[in-house]
Amino acid sequence: MRLLNGSGCLDAVAAPDVAGSLDAFVTKTVTPRPREGNDPVRIAEVDNGMLNAIGLANPGIDRFCSDTLPRLVGLDVWVSVGGFATRDYVELCERLDGVEIEAIELNLSCPNVDEVPESVGEVVAAARAVTTKPLYAKLSLAVPDVAETARAAETAGADGLSLVNTIRGLALDERTLRPVLARGAGGLSGPALRPIALAAVHACRRATALPIVGMGGVSTGRHALELLAAGADDVALGTVLFSDPAAPGRIRAELDAELAAHGFVEADNARSAAHAVEGSTLDPKSRLSVEKHLHTRLNVAG
Amino acid sequence: MLTRAAHSVTGTEAVGPYTLLRVERGRLDPGIPGQFFMLEAPGRLLPRPMSLCIATERELGFLIDPIGPGTRALCSLEAGERLAILGPLGNGFRLDVERPQLVGGGIGIAPLPYLSERLGSPPAVLGFRTEWHAEAAALLPGAEVVVDPVPVTDCDLDGFDVLACGPEPMLEAVRERNPKAQLAWEAPMACGYGACWGCAVRIDGELKRLCVEGPVLDAAA
Repeated sequence: MRLLNGSGCLDAVAAPDVAGSLDAFVTKTVTPRPREGNDPVRIAEVDNGMLNAIGLANPGIDRFCSDTLPRLVGLDVWVSVGGFATRDYVELCERLDGVEIEAIELNLSCPNVDEVPESVGEVVAAARAVTTKPLYAKLSLAVPDVAETARAAETAGADGLSLVNTIRGLALDERTLRPVLARGAGGLSGPALRPIALAAVHACRRATALPIVGMGGVSTGRHALELLAAGADDVALGTVLFSDPAAPGRIRAELDAELAAHGFVEADNARSAAHAVEGSTLDPKSRLSVEKHLHTRLNVAG
Repeated sequence: MLTRAAHSVTGTEAVGPYTLLRVERGRLDPGIPGQFFMLEAPGRLLPRPMSLCIATERELGFLIDPIGPGTRALCSLEAGERLAILGPLGNGFRLDVERPQLVGGGIGIAPLPYLSERLGSPPAVLGFRTEWHAEAAALLPGAEVVVDPVPVTDCDLDGFDVLACGPEPMLEAVRERNPKAQLAWEAPMACGYGACWGCAVRIDGELKRLCVEGPVLDAAA
């Protein structure tokens, strides 16, 4: 199991030590052109979570490659890319194909990108055609059935899934009752997202054998263990990094204790435990996905 | 290197509508006046950014305005309770000034007592909404105090090295009067160390990440 950060939740240039304490660093989403991002106010705490509407602030792919990337030397870098049309993703993946990075994460959760599975398939297939880098599809939950989207991403050639992105929420000012965020709504993250992330990982594990990076409200080793049990291969931290920059080391230690307490020798043994328990009730197709996934993982591990 | 550690509360006291939260200093570096600390707010997801108000050998004091759930939780802490503190963070005031003049507005006076101590008690003017809020001026003995509708910018700022902290309209007014002023800005923050990009503030048409570019910025920057 690798421990990563969720895209948008860490800046390795501002906090190299925190990035270095992870197994891989996922960049904030890069777009073809520079984006200033949304006007302030951009963040708000809510009960059991927080909202953000940063608005994909980034220097654009040119300056990212010339200025940012050289400052990430020594890190295993995953570059998150985002766009508003398929050709944006193609442009970004073409640029990154010849660059020293570990993987590309397709941020398919932008508000202005059509979210239906056909569209995810189209973007993934177009990106697949122009890069040999591992491609992770970060899916939106704003769809009726995320498992169907996951299957579309797999069919189109994705190498893995990142689950989940934030979901839209609104916070109102205590006194004025007007939206706190300048943009109105924002993406909800933190503890409130955790059961939602677990359900999505669980459903997608039954639908595909792709590796899954699970994320959403993880703040303890127990939370990481549950994502592994639901079917994740790797775990990413988000909002917890804001309050505790030392969270990666702490969560790793807590996870080791949790694994030991459950009798698992290592993280790989806990993988998909939630499915194994009820394996006999799985329909044949889902069981095939889970078993194929476990088999692939064991081969990789071996 | 980011250091975050738990510190014990030594006490709280009301200062007008505000609360002075005092914690044991331990090995915490008080930093440069104008820098800030992320204070764990009990029961809340995110810590709250606070500049340091008072530094003694044994204690650090933070002046807090209880305006929301996080700041109310901080003001409700009792002696002996512990909270995690990360910092000092950001850029503080430049202290190599010849004729310092401190200007504070409302809860923006928070960093000025520590700043005043480091600068040898220079002249200061503090502005408040009401007489009740103005009770906080006791933290800065000798300061000139004005209450609404008198603006702090009524006093003579020409020829001084102005160091100011307060609400945005006050900072804009100070900037207009004194383009060489150093201004401490404020914004909601999730992390305080450049991770979230949530604390952007538009200054002169440009968005600045206050936690790493500020919170103290040159007026003419």
